[in-house]
Amino acid sequence: MKITRQDVEQVALLSRLEIAGGEAEKFTGQLNAIFGYIDMLNKVDTEGVEPTAHVLPLKNVMRPDEVRASLPREEALANAPAREDGFFKVPKILEG
Amino acid sequence: MELHTLKAHELQDKLRKKEVSATEIAQSFLKRIDAVEDKVQAFITRTPEAALAQARRVDEKIARGERLAPLAGLPGVLKDNICVKGTKTTCGSRILENFVPPYDATVAARLAGQDAVILGKTNLDEFAMGSSTENSAFFTSRNPWDLSAVPGGSSGGSGAAVSAAMALWGLGSDTGGSVRLPAAFCGIVGLKPTYGRVSRYGLVAYGSSLDQIGPLTRDVRDCALVMGAIAGHDPLDSTSVEAPVPDYTKALVPDLKGMKIGIPKEYFVAGLDPAVEKAIQGAIEQLRSLGAECREVSMPHTEYALAAYYLIATSEASSNLARYDGVGYGHRGQGNDIVAMYKRTRTEGFGEEARRRIMLGTYALSSGYYDAYYLKALKVRTLIRQDFDKAFDQVDVLVAPISPTTAFKIGEKVEDPLAMYLQDVCTVPINLAGVPAISLPCGFSGGLPVGLQIIGRPLGEEALLRAAYAFEQANDYHRRLAPVGEV
Repeated sequence: MKITRQDVEQVALLSRLEIAGGEAEKFTGQLNAIFGYIDMLNKVDTEGVEPTAHVLPLKNVMRPDEVRASLPREEALANAPAREDGFFKVPKILEG
Repeated sequence: MELHTLKAHELQDKLRKKEVSATEIAQSFLKRIDAVEDKVQAFITRTPEAALAQARRVDEKIARGERLAPLAGLPGVLKDNICVKGTKTTCGSRILENFVPPYDATVAARLAGQDAVILGKTNLDEFAMGSSTENSAFFTSRNPWDLSAVPGGSSGGSGAAVSAAMALWGLGSDTGGSVRLPAAFCGIVGLKPTYGRVSRYGLVAYGSSLDQIGPLTRDVRDCALVMGAIAGHDPLDSTSVEAPVPDYTKALVPDLKGMKIGIPKEYFVAGLDPAVEKAIQGAIEQLRSLGAECREVSMPHTEYALAAYYLIATSEASSNLARYDGVGYGHRGQGNDIVAMYKRTRTEGFGEEARRRIMLGTYALSSGYYDAYYLKALKVRTLIRQDFDKAFDQVDVLVAPISPTTAFKIGEKVEDPLAMYLQDVCTVPINLAGVPAISLPCGFSGGLPVGLQIIGRPLGEEALLRAAYAFEQANDYHRRLAPVGEV
């Protein structure tokens, strides 16, 4: 299956990435080469095979719901690119 | 004799006998770093003051007659995707260029609790995505055996630092070979533990079902020493395994009587450099002469592992890297609305390989392709695991190459991502199966080390270490020092 330039632009949008003019061509070619290789998986008969999302026999890990020390506000905000009045500051999300 | 040329266990011994102080050891390594780091470029951040302060604390403990933890006073390095409170942790990325974690990774806390001396944070391919360190946003590290070659990746900075004798030990992370490949290319020992054996808390996530922290060291005994310091259950990592940690150094016996070794024929295929194949076959003969019983086994789904790996790893990466949104920490780009801000932030912050893998994973997970790609890969993963289960019904460990070639030249593969991915063909099946594997030198070709891979059952690290130790002691590769540009 062929990945088109439109597919790449759509995936970039879903990924919250910008694609510059020449890059769309390059990524389209590279993704086609990579998925061309990946298509070999179609040769494998996986009828009736259960998927493995995780190698461990995972179960819910429970612990008592106890109050523990958490990160102080100053430390939590220390790496913030923008802040105001003890909060993270972001561009406007809702109009109004 | 210069201190930096010794192994960790040798210096541990000298420290206990008071033949040398922790401060002298730290100074020797800092001097070595000053002498060769310009050529090797292993470090993103150096922490000499903290290292000397830690060494002085160890010397005070010795003066007071206190018991020392195994790694006390022994200098090492951490890959720069392992969080250390108060020390910049960049992941080799512009997006985290100024990130200073407010907490310690569990491994960093354990090492600090053992009074280990940390010399700095090492270079890596951005977000551990790569096989050469060429995807680092900052610079490419060099191979101490040939400065025009790559050190392997993604933990190339840790590999180069240990190989160039700038540190006794290093920690890396291995998602598809990122500890074992730099170990092989740099002629040292690297262990990818069983998934869940070492806590991932504070390791910046790439492929969460595959990632595992592991040691890079100059010999197998040092590998056992560092494993003992970092392994064990951690309530902060819900995928951490609750199994007691053995004394790994007890596994180090120099004979292999009774050990059954499997040679998976699918790992010896087209594309394997004849010199690499010769070194591996020679190693198998040696293992046999040490008492092991070697036999061929078949793992028929091996050829599909790389395709399944790149779907699974990139799918997990696309989800893990969604957190870099310019809000809580890291780089922020300018945008008038929130989506414009996200896009600018991520486009400016991520390098080309990270963006490529995010898009690959997003595509594989997107509506209409999920079943054909992601789900298909998970089913193939089951078949690959079953190959390992069946092999381990017959044998104790498996032996294979780490990489089809020795270290390649800087720049050789940067324009062809698929060629770079094919470098990982012998290492990714191990991460998909979650089993442990070790890399150690088994020869040289054209002055560059060849890596031997020994693969074990889940929680079978002791068998790996035993086989690796017996092989190492029958050879002298671990006594050779990389020339670092000297003739």
